[in-house]
Amino acid sequence: MTRFTRRGRSRWIAVGALVAAGALVLSACGGGGGGGDQAQTVSIEWGEPENPLIPGSTNEQNGGDAIDALFTGLVKYDPKTGQPSNAMADSITSTDNTTFTVRIKPNWTFHDGTPVTAQSYVDAWNWTAFGPNGAQNQSFMEKIQGYDQVSAENATVNQLSGLRVVDPTTFTVTLTQPFTIFPVTLGYTAYFPMPQKFFADRAGYESAPVGNGPFRFVSRTPNQELDVTRYDQYAGDDKPQVQNLQFRVYSDLNTAYSDVVSGSLDHIRQIPSSALAGDRWRQDLGPGAQLVPGLVTTALTFPTYDPRFQNPLLRKAFSMAIDRQAIINQLFNGIYTPADGYATPSVQGYVPNQCGQTCTFDPNGAKALLAQAGGVQGPITLVANSDGGNDEWMQAITNQLRQNLGIDVRYSPVPTFQEARRLANAKQYTGPFRAAWQGDYPNIETFLSQLYRTGASANDAGYSNPAFDAAMTAGDAAPTIEAANQAYANAEKIALNDMPAIPLWSRPVIWGDGQRVQTGLQTPLNRIDASAFVLKPQG
Amino acid sequence: MGRYTLRRLLQLVPVFLGTTLIIYYLVWGLSDDPFAGKCGQRECPASYVATMTERLNLDDPVLLQWLKYLGGLLTGDFGRTFSGNEVSELIANAAPISFRLALVAVVIEIVIGITAGLVSGLRGRGYVDSLILVSTLFLISLPVFVTGLVVKQVFGVELGWIRTSVPPDPTILDLFVPGLVLGSLSMAFVARLTRTSLMENARADFVRTAVAKGLSRRRVVLAHMLRTSLIPVVTFIGTDLGALMGGAVVTEGVFNIRGLGGLVFTGIQRQEQTQVVGVVALLVIIYLVVNLIVDLLYAVLDPRIRYD
Amino acid sequence: MTDTLRQEPSLAGHDDGAVVSPQAESGLWSDAWKQLRRRPLFIVSGIVIVVLLVMALFPSLFTGADPTFQVLDRSGEAPSAGSWFGRDLFGRDVYARAIYGAGPSLAVGLLASLGTVLVGSLAGLTMGYFRGLTDSVMSRIAEIFAGIPFVLGGIVILTSLNKPGEIVGSTRLVVQVVLTIVLLSWPLAMRIMRAAALASSQQDYVKAARALGAGPLRIMFRHMLPNCLAPVLVYGTIQLGVFIGAEATLSYLGIGLKDPVVSWGVMISEVQARIIQMPHALFFPAAFLVVTVLAFVMMGDALRDALDPRGR
Repeated sequence: MTRFTRRGRSRWIAVGALVAAGALVLSACGGGGGGGDQAQTVSIEWGEPENPLIPGSTNEQNGGDAIDALFTGLVKYDPKTGQPSNAMADSITSTDNTTFTVRIKPNWTFHDGTPVTAQSYVDAWNWTAFGPNGAQNQSFMEKIQGYDQVSAENATVNQLSGLRVVDPTTFTVTLTQPFTIFPVTLGYTAYFPMPQKFFADRAGYESAPVGNGPFRFVSRTPNQELDVTRYDQYAGDDKPQVQNLQFRVYSDLNTAYSDVVSGSLDHIRQIPSSALAGDRWRQDLGPGAQLVPGLVTTALTFPTYDPRFQNPLLRKAFSMAIDRQAIINQLFNGIYTPADGYATPSVQGYVPNQCGQTCTFDPNGAKALLAQAGGVQGPITLVANSDGGNDEWMQAITNQLRQNLGIDVRYSPVPTFQEARRLANAKQYTGPFRAAWQGDYPNIETFLSQLYRTGASANDAGYSNPAFDAAMTAGDAAPTIEAANQAYANAEKIALNDMPAIPLWSRPVIWGDGQRVQTGLQTPLNRIDASAFVLKPQG
Repeated sequence: MGRYTLRRLLQLVPVFLGTTLIIYYLVWGLSDDPFAGKCGQRECPASYVATMTERLNLDDPVLLQWLKYLGGLLTGDFGRTFSGNEVSELIANAAPISFRLALVAVVIEIVIGITAGLVSGLRGRGYVDSLILVSTLFLISLPVFVTGLVVKQVFGVELGWIRTSVPPDPTILDLFVPGLVLGSLSMAFVARLTRTSLMENARADFVRTAVAKGLSRRRVVLAHMLRTSLIPVVTFIGTDLGALMGGAVVTEGVFNIRGLGGLVFTGIQRQEQTQVVGVVALLVIIYLVVNLIVDLLYAVLDPRIRYD
Repeated sequence: MTDTLRQEPSLAGHDDGAVVSPQAESGLWSDAWKQLRRRPLFIVSGIVIVVLLVMALFPSLFTGADPTFQVLDRSGEAPSAGSWFGRDLFGRDVYARAIYGAGPSLAVGLLASLGTVLVGSLAGLTMGYFRGLTDSVMSRIAEIFAGIPFVLGGIVILTSLNKPGEIVGSTRLVVQVVLTIVLLSWPLAMRIMRAAALASSQQDYVKAARALGAGPLRIMFRHMLPNCLAPVLVYGTIQLGVFIGAEATLSYLGIGLKDPVVSWGVMISEVQARIIQMPHALFFPAAFLVVTVLAFVMMGDALRDALDPRGR
């Protein structure tokens, strides 16, 4: 026996040494750490941004929320009503709605102490528009004169001819065509100014972004957290009330939610559907349970390039076979608003009940309309991406269409948002698909131009109607914002009559604040209002 | 044994190369348009596509991309994600956390699983055995998200005994509850495997011999039966360790542990090739090393198996 | 040949197992059957499995309700006389869905465990018997497979087999899901079988058979397999439940079985976010799953005991 035991022991030692070596290798590198004074810090549920924190390259929510805390643009949107007002802009004026003169307020500084001037804006916009920079928000500059010369991927001209610095606090923007609501759009991330540091040392900027907003960058651990602190020289009138913000990366919204309920997180930007069910969130969060009408619409878009879906009557029949209110009641706890057009009620230019009869649930009318359209050939597949929580309502709609129209309808999800976008870009959809749209600015135009104009960047339906395009152009060139809105509403009516997409509902911005928080706001654009946080007095 | 170990370590190289190549092809195979969905609901601007294509070598054939990636690895460059993060930094942040979590889970598996298996294996069929069978099966049949959610809701939110999520750089203690949840499924496997193996070996001749030699029951069980019976158990735990580190997506999500599983999952969802390949390459190495250790352990557990 | 598991000189008192003599072979199965018939464990699990199989093949015998019919107004209703198991989020009858879910669930669970165990056992047995180069090469191949994350492998395999938006028949989808699961999970079964085979390949009865001139196939299947089966059987029967769950993961990702096909996995993943609101929609499919796994584990136990050559 001893022979074996002895050998056994030496083997144990060898194995033990291997294990220990492996453990050492793996534990050699430590994790990141937070910091700051917890009592003066508001922690916020967040996700890892998909792009570097550059305004010209940020077009998704996580990056956008961080950028909004770090930057302030010319225009801001009211956190309650969404109405635009001047932030860094002193005035934005125009006589012909083609050339705009922008005057900015003096004495603003970036976080590194350098002044924010007209040049900061012009440089930033030129950078975004210049092709070789590959900025994601490039197309936001497309209305500015000279865009065609600078936007190509191998362009050599790097200055938009439509931008001109008049003096340190004034610059002019010349557009290729009149665009009356241009000032309204200027609150979007893409139009923020950039500091000299960015152009001189891009890598340095990316590792420690410098903005002109209410908070300045402190530290960031990728995939874990981002810390910012109050910028004491901030010149805006929305001065922050708390010292620090901590953006914490969560991969599961339910976890963030239970953290808010148990007090280890202060602000969650949206409420998981499990907590909306049965109004549990209102009981859990009390006064911290909040919502405001938003700019997010959901639609079921038809691939109008598919011959089976080219008849507007058929598309309307589908729309009338969907009981929006029933789905909202059962799946969204009655919080969403059934759509009566393409725009949401909280934007400029919204006209109630644009869709009328066609968006009203009427199974018999739907069947009759479908018969009039000559029925539909073969089984229909509805498509959505499974990674966005769309399965439930897509399945409910599938069942409603199947039961109310008496046709064979299946729900056929794709695994990722990427895959859904690939199908959309390649125009390969074979059935109606989910389309969600977050408005960029609070004007009805944001729900129409990009989605339904011929060849527009997000026109996934492949819809094209010259009458609609003409009505939109008329709106762009209208003398006043009110007149523009009216023209856009006319265009909306034209599109609804063709129904390239079935409007389903709009989602309010729903969020929750923990017990430590007195005030915490999300704007109708579904962005955090970083300056608005107020903590309850300690005691 | 030294030469055997060395040989096995050398074999890491071809497996590592093969795995990264396959993963490269798989991630590539996810979609023929790597820019789909990178720009929200819009199509990406052509200039953005051109810039990123050049930066990430997306224009090259997959094989060449892979070679360039390997070249980078040799100089310690794991590549960057679309958002400009160093993959090496992401891994360096996540790996220790995942390692700690897997360690906790494995220790729990071993302690509870083997004990339960030992008890039910030695007692033979009866009340205790059935109880352990049913309770382990119950754990198996409940998806991890249910176990995790219930534990969190009851002990975190209602009773306030535990934190509902772990801090950014968690200690072993912080990871105890998540480890328990994560290890619960494998715990059941370990218990069943130990039990069956013990019952098999109870009838083996060497045990009879040992008993005949007059050794104490305790010594027979621990030194003879349990040792040989652990072979399938150790095999299972070894193979499981890799899965615990990289496959704990749900547990990591439920307790917001910023580990490797989530890194792989978001990498797949967002088509971050470098991120997926980097993490998986690391996981494969761990898996290989653990399997080597397990193979060496066989020799320790069963004196009849020997390496030269 | 240094890279082998070489056998030590035979040690007195450590020879294990009896050589199965040729004339005993015919008796092995009939003996096993005789023994099985007397075991209550076997009888109970047998009945449960038969009921499940009937349920899978003829669901309409058990319920008249349509498992896909949606009544949104009755969403999440608790169990009542009208619908015994209550209704799910879409107001569909949970009882009818659990019954209709038996077929696809059992198909996926059984076929996937069977496939994994078959592939894994064959590979493990071969490696344990031949060792050396065969073992090294196959081990490394298995390690590559084991390195592929389940989610990534699943998405790539299933999306490349079907075009997006394509309507796939339920049989084809079940086969695809099974193949995916087998392809991604055989290495574990292999490792377990290999461990047992490594130990058994150097025991006296195998050596004896070899000395008598038995071929590799005969030695592997007649002599080694019966002695190595126990751990794999344990793994396979428990894994049945895990695979039904793995199918749920695939469904959750939008690449597994999908409406109108019902499975317990689909039911469980659908109710995931609403456990607190409608626990019954989780409880019943999970209970069916537990009972199924229990029945197969007990059956596996009974079979193993009956087939073990040393058990008598």
